[in-house]
Amino acid sequence: MNTSPSQTQPDGGSADPDVAARPLAGSTAAALPAEVAAPAASQVSAPQRVVVVGGGMVAQRFVEALRDRDDAGRHHVTVLAEEPRAPYDRVALTSYFSGRDPEALALGDPALWQDPLVRLVRGDAVTRVDRDARTVMTASGRTFPYDELVLATGSDAAVPPIEGNDLPGVFVYRTIDDVAALRGWVEERAAAASRPVRGAVIGGGLLGLEAAGALKALGAQATVVQFGTHLMSAQVDLGGGEALRRLINSLGVAVRVNTATQRMRPSRRTGAVGRLDFADGGRLDVDVVVLATGVRPRDELGRAMGLEIGARGGVVVDDACRTAVQNVWAIGEVACIQGACIGLVAPGYAMAEVVVDRLLGGAATFPGADTATKLKLAGVDVASWGDAFGSTPGSMEVVWADPVGGVYKKLVLADDARTLLGGVLVGDATAYASLRPMLGRALPGDPAAFLLPEGGAGAPELELPDDAGVCSCNNVSAGTVRAAVTEHGCTDLAGVKACTRAGTSCGSCLPLVKKLMTAELARSGVEVSNALCEHFDLSRAQLYDAVRVAGLTSFSEVVARFGTAEAGRGCDICKPVVASILSTVAPAHVLDGERATLQDTNDHVMANMQKDGTYSVVPRIPGGEITPEGLLVIGQVAKDFGLYTKITGGQRIDMFGARIDQLPGIWQRLVDAGFESGHAYGKSLRTVKSCVGSTWCRFGVQDSVGLAVDLELRYRGLRSPHKIKLGVSGCARECAEARGKDVGVIATDNGWNVYVGGNGGFTPKHAVLLAEDLSTEELVRTIDRFLMYYIRTADRLQRTAAWVADYEGGVDAIRAVVLEDSLGICADLDAAMVLHLETYEDEWAATLADPDKLRHFRSFVNAPDEHDRTLAYVAERGQARPATAAERAGAGAGPVLVAGTTLEVRS
Amino acid sequence: MTRSPALIAATPDAATPAVSPDDAWLPVCALADLAVERGAVALMDGEQVALFRLLDDTVLAVQQHEPHTQAMVMSRGIVGTRGGRPVVTSPLYKQVFDLASGECLDTTKGERVALVTWQVEVRDGVVHLGSAHGPGARAAA
Ligand SMILES: Cc1cc2nc3c(=O)[nH]c(=O)nc-3n(C[C@H](O)[C@H](O)[C@H](O)COP(=O)(O)OP(=O)(O)OC[C@H]3O[C@@H](n4cnc5c(N)ncnc54)[C@H](O)[C@@H]3O)c2cc1C
Repeated sequence: MNTSPSQTQPDGGSADPDVAARPLAGSTAAALPAEVAAPAASQVSAPQRVVVVGGGMVAQRFVEALRDRDDAGRHHVTVLAEEPRAPYDRVALTSYFSGRDPEALALGDPALWQDPLVRLVRGDAVTRVDRDARTVMTASGRTFPYDELVLATGSDAAVPPIEGNDLPGVFVYRTIDDVAALRGWVEERAAAASRPVRGAVIGGGLLGLEAAGALKALGAQATVVQFGTHLMSAQVDLGGGEALRRLINSLGVAVRVNTATQRMRPSRRTGAVGRLDFADGGRLDVDVVVLATGVRPRDELGRAMGLEIGARGGVVVDDACRTAVQNVWAIGEVACIQGACIGLVAPGYAMAEVVVDRLLGGAATFPGADTATKLKLAGVDVASWGDAFGSTPGSMEVVWADPVGGVYKKLVLADDARTLLGGVLVGDATAYASLRPMLGRALPGDPAAFLLPEGGAGAPELELPDDAGVCSCNNVSAGTVRAAVTEHGCTDLAGVKACTRAGTSCGSCLPLVKKLMTAELARSGVEVSNALCEHFDLSRAQLYDAVRVAGLTSFSEVVARFGTAEAGRGCDICKPVVASILSTVAPAHVLDGERATLQDTNDHVMANMQKDGTYSVVPRIPGGEITPEGLLVIGQVAKDFGLYTKITGGQRIDMFGARIDQLPGIWQRLVDAGFESGHAYGKSLRTVKSCVGSTWCRFGVQDSVGLAVDLELRYRGLRSPHKIKLGVSGCARECAEARGKDVGVIATDNGWNVYVGGNGGFTPKHAVLLAEDLSTEELVRTIDRFLMYYIRTADRLQRTAAWVADYEGGVDAIRAVVLEDSLGICADLDAAMVLHLETYEDEWAATLADPDKLRHFRSFVNAPDEHDRTLAYVAERGQARPATAAERAGAGAGPVLVAGTTLEVRS
Repeated sequence: MTRSPALIAATPDAATPAVSPDDAWLPVCALADLAVERGAVALMDGEQVALFRLLDDTVLAVQQHEPHTQAMVMSRGIVGTRGGRPVVTSPLYKQVFDLASGECLDTTKGERVALVTWQVEVRDGVVHLGSAHGPGARAAA
């Protein structure tokens, strides 16, 4: 091919640099010596224009890897995506039903799409490729020239040619839009009918079982209809399939095997799908059907371009992912590589890495597919890897089955009876993470030992060789995980994940990654310590339990009983922790006796210290609801004390610039007017933000302000490992931004949905659904328990988002604890909340009534009538603000320094 | 806006602590005026001195001026021990200071500046301040 690659057709309207730029040399030139290839070497060589068709998971990985490795920035990459969004985690699609939030499916670092060398075009499908002109055309009529073309168009859900497959109520399960439509349909049907929605899934493979789980999660009934002899027949043998069927049944999902669906019949009343007719004469009434019978590669562009197509579809590529046409590559599910298309993400990622390497001059080849799979269905553990069917000549099988418990495990070994060739684990796949990397390696000891239930004879500890793969999604070896600890100094799972990418896709290897990390840390002498500080070897959660069980009430007792040998008198870490623990275990005023010495900077004087050492004051305004009289009081106090005022993000008013000795005077006025402490200073409940709700709003469905006020009054003063914020929205429009809170409540027609683990700040997180359609009473009880459980078990300064993420089993496990009492502690948690409610008092009112506590607010111990005269302020926009160092130094020349808040108080 | 007449505030000068001759002990307050492990401030000839009464009734004194931020806050830090030595933590950015020597024990938060310390004696239940020691107090020592 020697035609000039630069016959581009700049598309008139576009100011896009990669549309207008002309390449200096095509790839034919790249093969020539540099001096020959680059006649214009003195100029800056133009970047290679890489066009990726398809914005799926593999495309994302391709761009990520290219930007990661193309240090010189030689490639300009444009991703043309048919879906209206950035690439997302399709593997985790089903979690859309628990999170409901497309953002939660984000893949990788979103900053990738801001990179100047990367361009993402969403919602525009490529319709034609002109391989001679080297351009692609999109549905919207745009043209993009390329030097390298990468096809990453993935697959489509296959729609079996069954009569009625186009009826309303029949869905496929491939994209966010698919699952959103499915969800909408089921919710609509549920609202319309007085009986449960009846669902069927056609196809009993990995995808079908996930879909059945999703239907259950939506509250629908589910029947899986499988054409073959058993479930997951591509991965699991008949024995495993039987065990699996029992497990699936126990989730309340019906299973029909050996069943061919002949037609789908519309309901006479609705016109939507109403019945399935089976070949054996059986029938099933349905309101919704999910087709999960397989996928079909999106090879239509390849066909139109005249590329070679595999027997069962897919663009044929060699081991370097090259098609027969120069500069055209195919990766991911659309690629037919080594004779087949592979419907898993890990091999697609490997292909992406191969092409990146090739573009950068490397010689990487596709290593062959790891087809290991693990079913992601809560409550059903299934994994299969390697030669799961024992088809290798001479191979032997070791099987352990417990038909009653629904457990079936099989290892396939080579004829030496030691080398692991593959396996199937159903019902208990705990061994998967450590066994899978042993593929092709000799197992130590008796292979049967690996199959026995935990606590049995005990499998020998597996010491993985460095080159054993641990994370197949991201191709991370055991050695890389170890190096993250030994060479890159990672000390926790989050660090190792960020450093190696292990466990960031499907997550099934995380237990193994953690084990490797812990072993490596221990080996390099790093104590894997969750000790609080030098004074306590315990973690906050451990100390909480210890103090609670021992019934201790003071720091001196706690440090004497549970402190280290050298504990002395604690520090700024352990003292506030003990103060926080004692506040719910043995409630007392923050300034009572020794408690006063434990309080951190702000709790120390029940106000928020600002940069100049003065304080801000925030009275509580429950739910953000305040009377005009209340507003006047706050305004007058601020005016009289010369305080700077600002509205906070939590729907209340902050007054800045109060000296320590002014705090009691300010609070006397506020308390007299009926205000209480807002605990803006505490690691405690801050605010319950609300929208105006059904009382005024045309759209509100519940009284969000009323609930917010009740919740704020209930949890006011509740001290916790970190600050807690709540929000209540009166309808699904979510004006209170409740899902950005630790606990977010959103009104529904039937009650309240409650979300947990959200926060704004440095690492914003949306809260995830904990429970739906609760009555107010159920809601309050659920929040009570969630908060108390968090208070008891979270780490110091761990917000609910991180706590939920770290909690073993995540939000599902927490839901089991607080809604189903899986640990049998709910009565205890409820009692702890009652204690909080019974002992609550307004800290500021109590302080004003106690001369001993007021002593802490003196300006000078030897001159109580004096005050700090070093403070200096400047007027800005009509209020006072602290003077800068320069303003202080140049006093007189610059802005006028005004007195601090030393104004006479008018009565 | 009602504001008092403009007042030009003086910047505190940590380099010139209240200095007294070695043998001149100045009474400050009663020991009973100080709470255990909770700092207080004394105003000594215009200078602010943070006083800390430990569990064993020893009293230690350092400058109230927090040298990293220029704010008058040291007395409001948490009192504790590190490696057995009594320390106070700055309430603003949490640098830890040895209460007896004034030394900043924190290596992680940038420049380390020590605090001026004062000799303290408790006589007949009255806290007395003696001479100052530290970076700005050397001339007097
Ligand atoms: C519910 C579900 C669960 C799964 N679970 C697992 C699992 O546990 N483990 C596993 O390994 N794999 C799993 N998979 C499969 C995995 O998601 C895929 O292997 C992976 O997404 C393939 O990536 P890809 O980029 O090749 O294709 P895709 O992710 O399908 O992306 C292709 C993209 O290209 C777009 N496109 C197609 N044609 C064009 C065009 N002409 N112009 C522009 N854009 C176009 C498509 O709209 C699509 O967005 C699961 C899939 C689903 C649906």
